[in-house]
Amino acid sequence: MTLNPMNLAGGAISLLLAMAVLALFLHRNQRLLNTLGFIAAAAASLAATAAGVWVVGGNGTSRAVMSIGLPDLPFHLRLDPLAGFFMTVVGLLAFIVSIYSIGYVKGIMRQRPITRLVIFYALFLAGMFMVIIADDALFFLVSWEIMAAASYFLVLFEDERVENRRAAYLYIVVAHVGAIAILLSFGVMSGLATGFEGFHGFTFDAMRQAQFPAAWATAAFLLALFGFGAKAGVIPLHVWLPEAHPVAPSNVSALMSGVMLKTAIYGMVRVTFDLIRVFPWWWGTIVLVLGLISAVMGVLYALMQHDLKRLLAYHSVENIGIILIGIGLAMIFRSFDFPLLAALALTAGLYHTLNHAIFKGLLFMGAGSVLHATHERNMDEMGGLIHHMPWTAALFLVGCIAISGLPPFNGFVSEWLTFQAFLLSPSLPSPLMKLLIPMGAALLALTAALAAACFVKAFGVTFLGHWRGHNNPHIHEADWCMMLGMIMAAALCLVFGILPTLVIDWMDNVPEQLVGTRMGTTAGAFGWMWLTPVARERASYSGPLVFLVTLSVIVIAYLLLHVRAGSIKRVPLWDCGFEKVTARMQYTSAAFSMPIRRIFGFLFSIREQVKLNPAAAHRTVPGRMQYTLRIRDRFWGWLYRPIIDISFWMSRRVGRLQQGRIQAYLIYSFVTIIVLLIFMR
Amino acid sequence: MNFYPFISEILQIGIVLSIAPAFAGWVRMVKCWFQGRTSPSLFQPYRDIRKLFAKDVVLAENASWIFRFTPYLVFGTTVLAGGIIPMLTTDLPLSAAADVIVLVALFAIARFFTALAGMDIGTAFGGMGSSREMTIASLAEPAMLMAIFTISLAARSTSLSQIVQVMYSGQSVLRPSIAFAFLAFVLISLAETGRIPVDNPATHLELTMIHEAMILEYSGRHLALIEWAGMMKLTLFMALGAVLFFPWGIDVSGSASGGVFAFFFLLLKLAASGVILVLIETGLAKMRLFRLTEFLGSAFLMATLGMLSFFILE
Repeated sequence: MTLNPMNLAGGAISLLLAMAVLALFLHRNQRLLNTLGFIAAAAASLAATAAGVWVVGGNGTSRAVMSIGLPDLPFHLRLDPLAGFFMTVVGLLAFIVSIYSIGYVKGIMRQRPITRLVIFYALFLAGMFMVIIADDALFFLVSWEIMAAASYFLVLFEDERVENRRAAYLYIVVAHVGAIAILLSFGVMSGLATGFEGFHGFTFDAMRQAQFPAAWATAAFLLALFGFGAKAGVIPLHVWLPEAHPVAPSNVSALMSGVMLKTAIYGMVRVTFDLIRVFPWWWGTIVLVLGLISAVMGVLYALMQHDLKRLLAYHSVENIGIILIGIGLAMIFRSFDFPLLAALALTAGLYHTLNHAIFKGLLFMGAGSVLHATHERNMDEMGGLIHHMPWTAALFLVGCIAISGLPPFNGFVSEWLTFQAFLLSPSLPSPLMKLLIPMGAALLALTAALAAACFVKAFGVTFLGHWRGHNNPHIHEADWCMMLGMIMAAALCLVFGILPTLVIDWMDNVPEQLVGTRMGTTAGAFGWMWLTPVARERASYSGPLVFLVTLSVIVIAYLLLHVRAGSIKRVPLWDCGFEKVTARMQYTSAAFSMPIRRIFGFLFSIREQVKLNPAAAHRTVPGRMQYTLRIRDRFWGWLYRPIIDISFWMSRRVGRLQQGRIQAYLIYSFVTIIVLLIFMR
Repeated sequence: MNFYPFISEILQIGIVLSIAPAFAGWVRMVKCWFQGRTSPSLFQPYRDIRKLFAKDVVLAENASWIFRFTPYLVFGTTVLAGGIIPMLTTDLPLSAAADVIVLVALFAIARFFTALAGMDIGTAFGGMGSSREMTIASLAEPAMLMAIFTISLAARSTSLSQIVQVMYSGQSVLRPSIAFAFLAFVLISLAETGRIPVDNPATHLELTMIHEAMILEYSGRHLALIEWAGMMKLTLFMALGAVLFFPWGIDVSGSASGGVFAFFFLLLKLAASGVILVLIETGLAKMRLFRLTEFLGSAFLMATLGMLSFFILE
């Protein structure tokens, strides 16, 4: 067997599936299961990453047909640059998280058997790789369901808690509603590919060759957008995400937020750019608007959270929004036939996909370490962790800076590219687009600024200041496997931030495949140090220079000031001379976001209550005060509550038919047959 | 190899470092005149900084490395920002390394760390300052980018040298879009540099303080670096406004005499902008925190109008 990307990826998937089976037999030896299971997952992910890097770099497309599955309907596999890119994204984070898991799952092992976790973890990874490698609708949907079901069981891992069961149920419902839409979308496309006569239309190749009538293409696109949007957590289909992601074990949350959402992005790009290919500009506008709404609302909801993992989950909504902005712009540019600009916007979106995987994985791993050490998810009970877990704190900070879109880390580069794509919109012929698109740039700027505020809050309340909690647990630093995982992710954040040209050069085959132009000819025209998206006069960014100059100024200033023997006196804090400072006086997360809550309060349904218990001493002396704050997602009341109510109402009505008497059922059958005979003769 | 750009780069950073305290002193001086007080010397800020550098650092017991690292980072990013904005000549090597979006991001990362430092000690004041600063920044930053995007749409570039060259070559000064962008920029500069009506730089130990609340626990050389960076930021914003909207006198040819000429022009423009800043500050009262939404909202609206008029009128 020769070594080629397809075999490498196939080997990775087989290894994961074999591990899922093997785990059943290792149930007795949990320690071995943990080490072996996650090392196998890491090895498989590494192989998949290598396959992805190879395919994208080599710009080759390899295919395979596997005659398993239904008779006459074999599974088609294909690795092209687009699939290779997503393979790399998934594989890279999966590798890092698998290393991290070896340490993290040790902590879980003390409380419960982990066999289920290992099995579904392996299946989950295999499912994601299979979704990406699939080249026909059947295999795609089978893999999609494996991925969804495996992640459902992972969310349900700690199933003794009611909230976990509730979240998992919500997740599986939304996932299936989405899957139905995807199925219908593929149905439309494959039906049109064969004229509703044969079965062979289910391969993506057949869909690529087909010409779709505009109306049907739109139907297929909207269904796919709905289905993949539900998986990606696009607002208003996001409600399951902040419920399901936080309750899964943290290594799984990292994968779900970091890469599972990306499979939906992959699906969207695959369907629009590769299968349908020709589309009107307003499709792009829909994607762009959805992206903007998700970005702004996602970050605002994140700001209102006090549960660290929920906060991160809402940030996934935000970042999916930013990715969709890039993809929406690419669609608009493509439909107006500006291939270079489309390549720029697409690169921005895809680069953010990669970056978000890395830094969101890093943040969830950091949150996992905190959870592991403190058994606490509520930030308002934490504080001062930087003194107990200095490494985790520093690495988490890297993730915070990266996700806030600040230099020198990777989040900044992709947001910068997105801004550049926005600023090129005046070349569009449509006046409406010209006018509206810069507004989008302002919303993106708002998102980035709010994200920075949110992560000052998240890091500041969790890691800085004093411990706020009532109990004082023994807090310890994460173990070395967890540390290694986080260090790798943080290093990648820096490398992708400082040397974006290398990555963009590598992934240039993806825009070439999808929009027909490379960006590298202009982006890397002035060497690896300079990122020049369109032309040097237009805009340029040099990550290495910005980093090195800032660093050297810092070092020079530090050295100059430390020529004399440094004299630092440690004293109790000053606080304007106020003496009785306690840890309870620190700003909490609710206090921190209070100004923003007031400014953007109209977007939420907020219930704020202050209860004053009268003190025994005197009525002018206030007693204990009780402050409750409830913030709810408006979409829940606007969109989901009515749907739930209607479905219950309908099922009650339909339930009346169910009499439990055989005579009634016979009458139903009889009436049905009569009606059918009348109409279907 | 042509060394002139590199020399001018180093010279410019040196100039920003050295004249920033004098500019802060100038603003204080003019303010005293307007308020009928006797003013301290123009060079008082230099003495303050020197005094702070000589003092010992008094650090709170639970201050982490973030608290000690922040002053250096704030200083470093501000110095880099000083190397990006073309003040004397448009032929600036660092200007290509970082465009106007990076400039905004550099100020943002300095703010990010200052806000973290505010929360590091665990006092109520620190958290209060951080929370307010980040709130204001999240409203000011989009407006700032909108104003700048309006100009960069006109100049077809986000590179500062390129923008300044286009603005210098004329035509664009009397455009309505640029006028709106300028108005927005003025309002945002007040917010970004913490001046009245957004924040009062003279306030101390008051419940209304914002920037001061975050750096309350700093002392010695740390405080000196932060104060110095603050003065540089003020100078940089004024200089940015001057070169973007009134680029007269800037050297585009790349000659030494042009550079000297540009330096005097810069001093003149800074002096004038200092007077305008004081006029605004004396004429207005500090706003309540929640009135700032309207203030920054109008800045945003102004920038948006600028952009709309760019598309409609030009």
